[in-house]
Amino acid sequence: MPHAILVDLTECVGCGACRDACQQVHHFPQEECTQLDAHNFTTLRQIETAEGEEVFARQMCQHCQDPACASACLVGALEKTRDGAVTWDTDKCIGCRYCMVACPFDIPKYEWNSNNPKVRKCTMCYQERHLRADATTDSEGYVLDRSGKRVSIDGRLVTGEDRDMIVEMTTNSESKRATACSVACPMGATVFGERSALLAEAHRRLRANPDTYVQKVYGQKEVGGTSVFYLSSMPFEKLGFSTKVGTEGLPDRTWRVLEKLPDVVLTAGVALSAVYWITNRREDVRKYEEELKKQRSQQKS
Amino acid sequence: MKLSLSRITFWKATAAVFLLGGLVTTIIRFGWGLGASTNLSDMTPWGLWIGFDVVTGVGLAAGGFTLAGIVHIFHIKRFHPIVRPAILTAFLGYCLVIVGLLFDLGRPWAIWHALIYQNPHSVLFEVAMCVMTYTAVLALEFSPVVLERFRLQKILKVVKAITVPLIILGILLSMLHQSSLGSLYLIVPQKMHPYWYSPMLPVLFFVSAISVGLGMTIVESYLSARAFQKTLETPLLRDLARIMIGVLLVYFMMRGIDLFRRDALGYLLDGSFETFMLYLEVAFMLVIPLLLFNIRDWGRSRQGLFFTAFSVVLGFITNRLNVTMTSLEGYYRDNFGVSYFPGIGELAITISIVTVGFVIFALAVKYLPIFPHHEEETVLRLDSAPARATSASMHPSPASELRRH
Repeated sequence: MPHAILVDLTECVGCGACRDACQQVHHFPQEECTQLDAHNFTTLRQIETAEGEEVFARQMCQHCQDPACASACLVGALEKTRDGAVTWDTDKCIGCRYCMVACPFDIPKYEWNSNNPKVRKCTMCYQERHLRADATTDSEGYVLDRSGKRVSIDGRLVTGEDRDMIVEMTTNSESKRATACSVACPMGATVFGERSALLAEAHRRLRANPDTYVQKVYGQKEVGGTSVFYLSSMPFEKLGFSTKVGTEGLPDRTWRVLEKLPDVVLTAGVALSAVYWITNRREDVRKYEEELKKQRSQQKS
Repeated sequence: MKLSLSRITFWKATAAVFLLGGLVTTIIRFGWGLGASTNLSDMTPWGLWIGFDVVTGVGLAAGGFTLAGIVHIFHIKRFHPIVRPAILTAFLGYCLVIVGLLFDLGRPWAIWHALIYQNPHSVLFEVAMCVMTYTAVLALEFSPVVLERFRLQKILKVVKAITVPLIILGILLSMLHQSSLGSLYLIVPQKMHPYWYSPMLPVLFFVSAISVGLGMTIVESYLSARAFQKTLETPLLRDLARIMIGVLLVYFMMRGIDLFRRDALGYLLDGSFETFMLYLEVAFMLVIPLLLFNIRDWGRSRQGLFFTAFSVVLGFITNRLNVTMTSLEGYYRDNFGVSYFPGIGELAITISIVTVGFVIFALAVKYLPIFPHHEEETVLRLDSAPARATSASMHPSPASELRRH
């Protein structure tokens, strides 16, 4: 069952609870931030409208249905899970940063000042949401998975204490597991849930309050659909959202070329061999004729 | 011939200064990371090292498959003396591309992951596989030079027996990755300037690689001639230049039609930085070479041909840097208010890699039988009596050798 996040910007008051929860659940330094980086998976941008009103625009990974980053990654370190989240596996990554180039929303960030740098971005709390509350710990206090191996999240072993904190932060008021940002939001502006249900809810809100909202669910059709939806009272381009990304899945553009390559190789291979055979034969014939001429002139003389 | 390398000339001193800068940057790069050694950032993740060292570098090394194809597949035998220097450049070029890549990769020690965690949907995966295989093919194509030098006749026989399939494989691999370097950018249509984003990028990249491969071959023949007083006949170079110009005309026809069909010609008078860079590209790659080649005395002289080809090389470099860097400037400006220009460290590494290329090329030409006249001399210098016998069997091409058996 694919999940998604719905962010209703008209409900957002800019308190920053989502950002703080994100930093806390991932053990990032607690700091004010205005830009995404390797240790800030979500931010709030403050935008002043023409009427002097303040609007806050949350920014995070869109978790595309057909992610450009995952298609670009040569080692398949980025992956669209069935859960809906686009996750990354640092152990596979070679640090080429093609995912950062390919992402239409410029989401993946890099640890530029590290000697063992990781590409990082929002994971929709994938591992955190799947950490079981009743997971046992070993004698040293580290949490074990079902097969008895120590659990690590983002290269960090999880202790019993961490487990309790993570489970608490990713369990919502309905006792369901959800992203830390959605659990933390006091206004209900960020909601986590089933993708189709959230999409229906978004359209219900648009219909119910046509005067409040711009009639668009950002993220529904962008780059062929994403798993993070935004509702807004202001046009999205004024809020700094990428509105030129189109509605076509970007990986199609490279796949259209890649899928033709086997045919190209076959055709060109046959053609080159044919050319070689013909030119080679021509050379042989020429030599033979020369030889023949020589013999004849010798016979004559 | 003088064997001493200790004579300090202007170029040797310059090379030493460049390499020192490269060394310092290498220490910073691997000691403190990419942030300390480059101007790259979260907004501008790829820069000069990908744009020049990899994307441009692979193109500049395209002479290997072009000339091997012309001589061994199309049997245009009079170009045979140029095959070896072209394959040397290609082999050297690919090795240096890999070195450049190791600087740019954040976790270079994991580069072998491409072999085991394969993602067939990634253009970069395809490029990685082709570059790796083709470097191996080039090593084999180049190996006769070394094998001859050390008279390893048995291995030489084996290598020569597989020359033709090897060359066909090399051309196929080159077709794939030369074009795929352009396909890399197909995934960012909304980020690039319409001058350079085109669904035709793979085809354009392949065709322009052929022309610059020929151009590089002419340039290096001229430079080797100056440095070692050994060279190829001018009419031969003129023929090569003629093919190069022909390919360029095809390229620019495709480019023009492509720009027209995508309505990108409307920007030509907007006076922007991008437009200036496009003009620069067209001037170096098309206008200047066409003029030089057709000026009566110039187009037939060695210098004239050199400057024709050199201009094409400059134009090609401009084109690749435009695709990889200039075309994204507008996106950076509008979305982040930043601009990317390579840092001094990035320039130092790139210049060092080019310098290393020149030095190794010069050493190879000096000590290995690369240019036709040179090989006799090298062998003669080693020991004169048996050399005469072997040098005769060295001259025929691998292909003509094949036919004889």
